[in-house]
Amino acid sequence: MKATHAEMGAAPQYDETVVRYFTVATALWGVVAFLVGVVIALQLAFPVLNFDLPWLSFGRLRPLHTSAAIFAFGGCALFATSLHVVQRTCRVPLYGGREVAMFLFWGYQLFIVMAAVGYVTGVTQGKEYAEPEWYVDLWLTLVWVVYLIVFLGTIMRRQEPHIYVANWFYLAFIVTVALLHVVNNLSVPVSFFGAKSYSAFAGVQDALTQWWYGHNAVGFFLTAGFLGMMYYIIPKQANRPVYSYRLSIVHFWSLIFLYIWAGPHHLHYTALPEWAQTLGMVFSVMLWMPSWGGMINGIMTLSGAWEKLRTDPVLRFMVTAVAFYGMSTFEGPLMSVRAVNSLSHYTDWTIGHVHSGALGWVALISFGAVYYLVPVLWHRERLYSLRLVAWHYWIATIGIILYITSMWVSGILQGLMWRSYDELGFLQYSFVETVDAMHPFYVIRAIGGIFFLLGALIMLYNLCRTIRGDLRSETPVERLQPAPAAAE
Amino acid sequence: MPTKIEKDQATGVDTTGHEWDGVRELNNPLPRWWLYVFYATVVFSIGYMVIFPSVPYGDGYLKGTADYSARVEVEESLAEAKAAQGDILARVAESDLETIRGDQNLLAFSIAGGGAAFAENCAACHGTGATGGPGYPNLQDDDWLWGGDLNAIQTTIRHGIRWEQNEDTRYSEMPPFGDGILDRAQIVATTQYVLSLANLDHDAAMATAGQTVYAEQCAACHKADGAGDPTLGAPALNDAVWLYAGNADEIATQIARPRHGVMPAWDNRLSPVTIKMLTVYVHELGGGQ
Repeated sequence: MKATHAEMGAAPQYDETVVRYFTVATALWGVVAFLVGVVIALQLAFPVLNFDLPWLSFGRLRPLHTSAAIFAFGGCALFATSLHVVQRTCRVPLYGGREVAMFLFWGYQLFIVMAAVGYVTGVTQGKEYAEPEWYVDLWLTLVWVVYLIVFLGTIMRRQEPHIYVANWFYLAFIVTVALLHVVNNLSVPVSFFGAKSYSAFAGVQDALTQWWYGHNAVGFFLTAGFLGMMYYIIPKQANRPVYSYRLSIVHFWSLIFLYIWAGPHHLHYTALPEWAQTLGMVFSVMLWMPSWGGMINGIMTLSGAWEKLRTDPVLRFMVTAVAFYGMSTFEGPLMSVRAVNSLSHYTDWTIGHVHSGALGWVALISFGAVYYLVPVLWHRERLYSLRLVAWHYWIATIGIILYITSMWVSGILQGLMWRSYDELGFLQYSFVETVDAMHPFYVIRAIGGIFFLLGALIMLYNLCRTIRGDLRSETPVERLQPAPAAAE
Repeated sequence: MPTKIEKDQATGVDTTGHEWDGVRELNNPLPRWWLYVFYATVVFSIGYMVIFPSVPYGDGYLKGTADYSARVEVEESLAEAKAAQGDILARVAESDLETIRGDQNLLAFSIAGGGAAFAENCAACHGTGATGGPGYPNLQDDDWLWGGDLNAIQTTIRHGIRWEQNEDTRYSEMPPFGDGILDRAQIVATTQYVLSLANLDHDAAMATAGQTVYAEQCAACHKADGAGDPTLGAPALNDAVWLYAGNADEIATQIARPRHGVMPAWDNRLSPVTIKMLTVYVHELGGGQ
């Protein structure tokens, strides 16, 4: 580890090694997740690409894609930023020292690899976003408890009088994910040396536990954790104060309190009792403004510095991410309304919604974070090329728009075809006809995914050159782009 | 960091006086519109909970003023759909197949209903256009393995073909002639004769040799002229319609090691009236007898 900047006088010796490792892992796992996503998108459009091989079939690659995106890419981004932010905003190095920090890195990578090997070889407990079997779950529990101890220990030894808002969100994320993970994965292994286990829950209780977990994986892993990231990198990158401290308090507590109840909206029109469905829906509706509190605080932090959007493509990533966050946290409560859900449920609309959050919010804010972190961690003057960042920005944004618009059209078309009757009262379309109608949209979606993957490869190249210490001699971005072209 | 409230130059708003790693916070109030929309969603939610089933207690729950139930809603909309079909479905249910075929309204209704049932249940094998494929009979033509009149079609749908779970399933099996019954030369010769029955290109000398084998081994089921026998499910060999393909390779394979298609019985899976409509639909595809 190199000596840290002298900007704060006697600055503590921050542990940057583990942050560097996690940052590199974020970029690499991101490319893996997007690549597998492109493969399965193409498989849906052209089923021949399953090649009749079990380990390449859609059913096994789909959890590989979701876990690589959420846990490998998203997880490493959260580890990298949380371990960076907690040290800087508490002005102490990580609690537990460098060895424990490296255990976190390698322990988490082992979890990812064990989960992935299970997926392709068909070892799964069949719970969405919680597919790994019991032995992987136990290992992750251990790693996660160490994470909590490191994070909490660092906060408790802080040299600042107050705890910064980013750390509230990170802590809520770590604590709640621990709770969700342990409860949803309660199961009884069939044997000591076998992978197979059975869930402790059955029937509708199992479904409710699963969606309490699944929805809050979105709420606390993909929302609270990334809001923590946003609360540090946007003010840093924009060099502006956070818009409203009071808003951050109110939206933090209302978000944390309301999110945990919203899971049953995934089980509308099922065996789940209707009163539980109603509660899931109304808590989702009430969640709209608490979610938007984060968007307001993110975007309004730029007030007084709007021109930076034109000149700083890294900041553009961050602010666009927050805009997508606002869009998908409006769409979510809308889709949780029972009457809307009767059309949207089980259709591609859900897939589009998830990706406006996953690509638009989670991935774009993570790209912003990685672009922010790499020059800081490797002590470079700036990124290798800001023009490449701008290219990445536009290619990724076009990819997202192709993806979510095609899934909106496809999903609504699908929902309408399923429920349409002819004048004699018979179903108008057979299931296979609705599948056939999806084909063009599946092709457009795959093209969107390819755009997104290309953008990530550009980022990987740019980061490698930055780490090597190269600086591309190029016209600065502000002189390249006339004002109107870069309007958000 | 010591608390030091400053005025932000760009916006003129005070900071809270905290600072972490250079990050400060402004002391802006909650946006009014944000707060009021939040209150509005809370009011909406309380209203929704009053109207719809919501809070649980003991072994019950508040039913809500609308007395809503998704299960009842499904039953009601199914009943509504039934009612919209009027008495015509009941008339189809109680009419025999010939009567349905003779009545324009019943016929049109049955073709629509049978078509919907066909798309959901039959198209997977017979194709969306009912033209079949190798091993799956084409239902558009007038060549029928087990008979193409209304009753024969209905029997096939109800009981299936070689569907062992159904006692009345249609059943027949062609012996594997390659298993020691015929030698290779005899199978090749018989193949040429079958080709000649269908007026396809063939070796005349070999076909003559095959004719004897055919008469001894095949004619009992497929008939001397190759017309087949629908009572046994024996395909006609003297026309241009082939279940697999009308070439020497496929025919020889079928003689040596015959493949036997299976069709499920739909008796317990579809209602009698649906099977009736399906029968009429298949019959009216063009080849009904």
